[in-house]
Amino acid sequence: MAQVFGAAVKRREDPRLITGRGRYTEDVQLPGMLYAAILRSPHAHARLVQVDTAAAAAAPGVVAVFTGRDLAGKMGTIPTAWLPPDSDIKATAHPALAVDKVRYVGDGVAMVVAENRYAARDALDLIRVEYEVLPAVTEQEAALQPGAPLVHDDAPGNVAFRWRAGNATDEVFTQAEVVVRQRFRQQRLIPNPMEPRAAVADYNASTGELTLWLTSQNPHIHRLLLAGILGLPEHKLRVVAVDVGGGFGAKIACYPDEALVGFAAMQLGRPVKWSEDRREHFLATTHGRDMVLDVELAGRRDGTITAIRVRNTANLGAYLSTAAPGVPTILFGLIVPGPYQIPYAAVEVTGVFTHTTPTDAYRGAGRPEATYLLERMVDLFARTIGQDPVAVRRKNLIPADAFPYHTAMGLQYDSGNYQQALDKALAMAGYADFREEQARLRQQGRYLGVGVTTYVEICGLGPSQVAGAVGFQGGLWESATVRVHPTGKVTVFTGTSPHGQGEETTFAQIVAAKFGIPVEDIEIVHGDTHRIAMGWGTYGSRTTPVGGSALAVAADRVVEKARAIAAHMLEAAAEDIEFAEGQFTVKGAPGRKASFQEVALQAYLAWNLPAGMEPALEGSAFYDPVNFVYPFGTHVCIVEVLPDTGEVKLLRYIAVDDPGPVINPMIAEGQVHGGVVQGIGQALWEGAQYDDQGQLVTGTFMDYALPKAHFFPNLETAFTETPSPHNPLGVKGIGETGTIAATPTVVNAVLDALAPFGVREIDMPLTPERVWRAIQSGRDSA
Amino acid sequence: MEAGKVRVSLEVNGKAYTAEVEPRLLLVHLLRDQLGLTGTHIGCDTSQCGACTVLLDGQAVKSCTVLAVQADGGRVTTVEGLASPEGLHPVQIGFWEKHGLQCGFCTPGVIMTAVGLLQDNPRPTEEEIRTALEGVLCRCTGYQNIVRAVQYAASQMAEADERREVAAAETE
Repeated sequence: MAQVFGAAVKRREDPRLITGRGRYTEDVQLPGMLYAAILRSPHAHARLVQVDTAAAAAAPGVVAVFTGRDLAGKMGTIPTAWLPPDSDIKATAHPALAVDKVRYVGDGVAMVVAENRYAARDALDLIRVEYEVLPAVTEQEAALQPGAPLVHDDAPGNVAFRWRAGNATDEVFTQAEVVVRQRFRQQRLIPNPMEPRAAVADYNASTGELTLWLTSQNPHIHRLLLAGILGLPEHKLRVVAVDVGGGFGAKIACYPDEALVGFAAMQLGRPVKWSEDRREHFLATTHGRDMVLDVELAGRRDGTITAIRVRNTANLGAYLSTAAPGVPTILFGLIVPGPYQIPYAAVEVTGVFTHTTPTDAYRGAGRPEATYLLERMVDLFARTIGQDPVAVRRKNLIPADAFPYHTAMGLQYDSGNYQQALDKALAMAGYADFREEQARLRQQGRYLGVGVTTYVEICGLGPSQVAGAVGFQGGLWESATVRVHPTGKVTVFTGTSPHGQGEETTFAQIVAAKFGIPVEDIEIVHGDTHRIAMGWGTYGSRTTPVGGSALAVAADRVVEKARAIAAHMLEAAAEDIEFAEGQFTVKGAPGRKASFQEVALQAYLAWNLPAGMEPALEGSAFYDPVNFVYPFGTHVCIVEVLPDTGEVKLLRYIAVDDPGPVINPMIAEGQVHGGVVQGIGQALWEGAQYDDQGQLVTGTFMDYALPKAHFFPNLETAFTETPSPHNPLGVKGIGETGTIAATPTVVNAVLDALAPFGVREIDMPLTPERVWRAIQSGRDSA
Repeated sequence: MEAGKVRVSLEVNGKAYTAEVEPRLLLVHLLRDQLGLTGTHIGCDTSQCGACTVLLDGQAVKSCTVLAVQADGGRVTTVEGLASPEGLHPVQIGFWEKHGLQCGFCTPGVIMTAVGLLQDNPRPTEEEIRTALEGVLCRCTGYQNIVRAVQYAASQMAEADERREVAAAETE
C-alpha cells in the first residue's frame, strides 16, 4: 500500500461541493420557516430616543418585531471571552439590540421576523427610529485625546485596557550603538469570507431543545456562550456547522445576530432563518488589525540586533468581541522578537474603544502585525548600517542547534532550521543574481525591488494551563473519537471545525496511515455539538497540531486494543504481535495473521475476547498539547514599481514554509496560496476607511478591493519539514503562514525598489496614489 | 394567482418549472428558495463576487442580478445540472483534481464562469483565464489552483474533442 501520510490525496469534501450539494447554513430549509432581518444604526454614536415599530408590525407578512427593550430580562448580553491578565480591562457586554445608545454604524436596533425574506426587509423601512446624534470618534489615538467622545461611560479616556510584557529597559536603548525608530499603521481590514454569516434556528417546545445551524468556526464555544445568553441548558442546545464558507477569524466571535435568531425561534415557535447581506458583513461582522505601532530597535553596527520594543495602540471598536483582547496582547506581543536572537524585548499595549465595528481575529491575528513591524525594522536597520538585509537576517537568526530556544518574551520555540528555509528561498529566487540585475536595470530607469521575510509564528494554541494563564476563557485542548465499525470501516469525530482547510481528507490520511486501511473507509464528522463530545474549534492553525494529535492518540488507543484482541485470536503474546499495512502478524511466524477488519469484527462479536476486555473497538482522546508549535519560513518577493504611475507589478513570489511533516502537499500548498494572496491584499489593496462621522466608506466590494485572479503571477512554493517535539505527529500548522509573511515581504520589496528615491515608509495599502506621492516627496526632498 | 404576482415558466437543468413570483424576485432566490436548488450561492449585493453565476440560455450570468421574470421562457443550468449521467463535467473534475476549491462557497459560481469561458474560448492562455475570472471572488485559494483547474479542464475537453474527431473520421 502506498504511503498515505504525505500523499497528495484528492479532497474527500470536494464531490459534494463541486456538484452544489454542500450544506451551508443558508441552504437549510425547514417547513414553516420564517425569515429575519435586522435594522442597523446608520449613526456611529447616537442616543435612541424612540423606536416605533407599529407600522412594521402591521405590515403584510410580518410576524414579529423585536427591539432592545423587548429583550430585557429574556435574553442576556454578548460577552467577551478573553480577559488578558494583569490588565485593567473594562469589558462592557454588547446588548443584542441597542437599548439606550448605538455605538457604531451597523449596531443592531431592531429585528423583524416575517413570512419571507422580502417582507422582512421591506418592514425594516417602516420602523421609525428617533436618534439624537452624538459626536463620534473612530481613530484610536483621537479617542485617547482628552475630551474625545466617550464610547462607554465606565471606560474613562476610552481605554479598554493596558497591558505590558517583556524585559527591555530604557538603558538598553540609551546605550545602543544604533537605534532605529519607526511608526507603522496596521490598517483595518475586513475579513470577507465568501459566505456571509447566517443562522437557522429550530425550537422544539415539547423537548425544550433548540437546534441552531451557524456559520461557525467553533460550534462548541458558540454553544457554551449562546446557552448562557439564551438561558438554555447546554445539553438542550445543538449547534451545527457542517459546511462553512470560509472564516478567516470572522466566524469565531459570538455575535448578537445569531443569538437573536435563536431567541426569535424560541419566542415564536417556528423556525427562523437569517442571513447577512454583504453590506451587513462589512458593517456588523468583526474587522481585523487596526493598530498603531511605535517601534524602536537597538543594534550594533556589525548587524547584531540587541533589543526591540513596541507601543501598540489597538482599535478594538465599540465593544470587546469574543477573542478581541487577546489579539493585540498575547497573540501579538509574545512573538515580537520573531526568529531572531534578540536578548531584550518589550511590548506595551493600549486597547482603545472607538465608534467603529468591533475588531477581532483575522487570519494570523496579532502575528502578522508583529511580523510586519519586525521585518520592516530589520530592513530599516540594515539600511541604516549599510548592510544587505539578508545578511542582517542571517546574522541574527536563531541557529538550528539552539533549539529548544527561550525567547525574551518567555516562549520556548520547539524546533527549527531557519537558515535552511532561507537558503532554499534565496536559491529559488536567485537573490544574488537579482541584485546584479536590479543595479543594471536602475541604470535604465527601471525600479525593481526584492523583499525578504524570515518569520516564525506561534500556533497550535494550547496547552489549556497556558490558555488560562493568558486569560482565554476556555480550554485549548482538543477531542477525538475514532469509532471502528464491525466491518472495519471508521467514523472519526473531531472537536475541530474545519471550513475549507481540508481536514476531512488530511484527518482521514492520519487514520489511514495508523490503521493501514484506505482513506475511503474513513469518514470525518465535525461541526455538530450533538455528535461530538467537545471541542474548541478551528482557528490559530491549531486544527492539525492539536486536533490531529488528539486523533493520533485516539487511533493509537484503538491499535493497542486491537493488538490485544489479535494476540488473543492468534494465541500469541501482545508484545509478539506486529502491525503493519492493516495486518496483525506474529513475530517470526508471518503465516499467523489477522486483518484489521477481522479484529474489528471479533471486537464486536465479543464471543472470545481476552479475559476482562470490554467489547467494541473505539478510542477517544482529550488531548492537551504540551506547548505551542512554531512554524517558520522565508518568503521572497520581486516587484517592479512604475514611477510615473506608482503601480506595483508583482513579478515573482517565492514561499518556503516549514509546517513540520506535510500530511498532504496539495492541500498545504493551497493553504499557502490563499494566505499569501490575502497577505498581499493587505500590502497593496485592502483597507477599511471611516469618515469623520463614523460612516464606513469602504462598505462594498466596489470600494473595498479584494484580490482578484489577474493581480498575481504564479506563486512558487516549497516546504522544508522540521518536526516539532511538542506533539505526536510533529506537525506545526500551515493555515496562517501566508498572511503572516506576505505583507512585509511585498512592502519591503516595494520600498527596496524605491530606495533611490529615499522613500523610507508608506502606509499600507500601497496603492498607486500613495506610491506615486511617496516618490514625488522623495524627489522633492532630494 | 395571488395579487401582484406573475407567472414564469422556465427550464432548469432540463426540467420545466412554472412558478408564481413577485416581479421583483431575483432569479437566485427563485432557484434557492422555491426550486430548492441551493448549489447556487449568494456572496454579495453588488454583482462582484460571482458566487451566484448560472448559465441562462447558454450564457454565464449572475443570477443575483437577473429577475426571475427575465428568465421567463429561458433555459437555466445550475451547478446541480452540470454533470451528465456519464459523470462529472470536465470543469468539475478539474476543480477536484487540481484542488481548485477550499471552503467551496464560491465554487459553483466559479465553475459556471469557467464553463462559460471554455464555451467561448476552448483553449485559453493562463492570462486569458485570469482575466476571465475578473467577475468572481475567491477568498481561499489565491486563484492559482482555480487557474490550474480550468487549464486541466480545457486540455481534457480538447482531448475529448480530438478523440471524437478521430472517431468520426474513422467511421466516414
